[in-house]
Amino acid sequence: MKYILKKVAIFLITLLGISVLVFLAFQIIPGDPTTRMLGTQATPEKVALLREQLGLNEPAVLRYFKWLVGFVKGDYGTSYSYNIPVSELLSGKIAITAALSGISFIMVLVISLPLGVILARFAHSIPDRIISVLNQIIMSIPAFFIGIIFTYVFGLIFKLFTPGDFIPYAEDPSKFWSFLVFPALAIALPKSAMVIKLLRSSMVKEMSEDYVRTAYSRGNSRWQVLSRHVMRNAIIPVITFLAVTLVDIIAGSIIIEQVFAIPGMGRLLLASIIGRDLPVVQTIIMIISIAVISVNYIADISYKYIDPRIRFR
Amino acid sequence: MRKSPNYNLIAGCSLTAVTVSVIVLGFFWTPFDPDAMSPIKKSIGPCLSHFLGTDNFGRDILSRVMEGAGTTLSIAFFAVSIGATFGTLIGGLTGYFGGVADEIVMRINDAVTAFPSILLALVVVSITGTGKEIIIIVLGILFIPSFARVVRGEFAKQRNMDYVRNAKLMGVRHTRIMFVHILPNIGPVLLSSIAIGFNNAVLAEASMSFLGVGIKPSESASLGRILLESQSYLFSAPWQALSAGCAISILILGFALISEGLGYRRVWRTATKRRRKVDA
Repeated sequence: MKYILKKVAIFLITLLGISVLVFLAFQIIPGDPTTRMLGTQATPEKVALLREQLGLNEPAVLRYFKWLVGFVKGDYGTSYSYNIPVSELLSGKIAITAALSGISFIMVLVISLPLGVILARFAHSIPDRIISVLNQIIMSIPAFFIGIIFTYVFGLIFKLFTPGDFIPYAEDPSKFWSFLVFPALAIALPKSAMVIKLLRSSMVKEMSEDYVRTAYSRGNSRWQVLSRHVMRNAIIPVITFLAVTLVDIIAGSIIIEQVFAIPGMGRLLLASIIGRDLPVVQTIIMIISIAVISVNYIADISYKYIDPRIRFR
Repeated sequence: MRKSPNYNLIAGCSLTAVTVSVIVLGFFWTPFDPDAMSPIKKSIGPCLSHFLGTDNFGRDILSRVMEGAGTTLSIAFFAVSIGATFGTLIGGLTGYFGGVADEIVMRINDAVTAFPSILLALVVVSITGTGKEIIIIVLGILFIPSFARVVRGEFAKQRNMDYVRNAKLMGVRHTRIMFVHILPNIGPVLLSSIAIGFNNAVLAEASMSFLGVGIKPSESASLGRILLESQSYLFSAPWQALSAGCAISILILGFALISEGLGYRRVWRTATKRRRKVDA
């Protein structure tokens, strides 16, 4: 309990640090946002008025605290390009990205965990070697290229989905989920290949340990030894790697949303970066940072509970 | 027992050798002018004169892929050079001397590596704008922590070895010990991190250009850019997407196999590092 409290405290401090960094990063940008917003109509009077409205005349420290308090309350400021609150722009988009990352992560688990164990069981056999080579190749294909291949093969040739025709959840939930299957799989495939490789080598390494021989000598069957003894030890490094994978999946969904034209947070982020709509960029970066740091801390804490050797120290 | 040949290293080196020679060839000669458009030769499939077909503007795809791969690889080269040079310096100094500076640098490293590099690159690009030089500098800086971490670990290990102590007793200067005595001993590790660095750099550049925040279209072709453009003509000219995508994948595969062959397990290292941290 004390450990968790300590972790939560460090977590909050880290978030605060990140918020300072994000705020500072967007302060050093050359150029005045007001001239960009007003465009050709910028007169000194109008610029001064807008600066006053946006609160740009206040000292940076004050603006930081105002921004932070607003962020915690859910007030993310106003978009430069659309002139509407950022929260309105974001509504629904976070859920889409979260759904995409979620399905993708579940796919990684479903594909890689059984395959990793089976490959370890038949390690060094010919099928194992063939699959390992395939694995290495899949690992090297970027998710966005897999996405394009899927669009061509499943979208244009087999017509399993209409490329670019995203269906919102409110309209038809089943079509919404089925549209997300292919983008999610595109992200999941290379990641699964990495997890399979790690789990396989981790299990093969554990299989030469003394306790495995002892387990066999007590009359356990091969699968029993693998699932009850080897797996429990071999999974520990894999769990850390899964946390890294989840973070990568969240980042990867930014790219995949672009391939499949999914109107999620990543697409908005890119559009805002290209349009230099900084309040939106700032908010999305902050949200993704919170997600990334949370995943890392959850992995750290869960670690302690999965490995008794750490728990009982 | 005879040691079995290092298939990963052989395959990786030959694959990379082939791709790099094609790319180097592309710097001097391409079958056609990569930018020459021709309305009559629009979207031709792969044939004898146009090996990989032509795109929607009648440009020869093979030439464009050669030029694009050259851009991608040269960006990767410069980015990795920046990352490796500064990473080795920082990692070497902190690993060799240890102390408070070491702690601080490692904490910053941990914080930076917790974030996916593509995300950090996007943040920086949203502030600085896009362009070839900017991408090189941004990626170069983002690669420093991973090199610093590897080199630091090796230096910290070598620091207490007898040959280093011996050198110290003989009065060799610290800088000489670091760069003349220790550095050659961590060569293989450094080489395989450089291979991984190339792997990540190619992927990062391709992703950023694909997202439209990398190379500007006016600068030169880039693999990510070709892939981005090919998406609109996916139905009429699928070979364009296929050529660019395969080129990216083959480049990445080559570097991945080399680093694998050099015995550097990236995945393993991050995992065991965490484990030690929790143990401590």
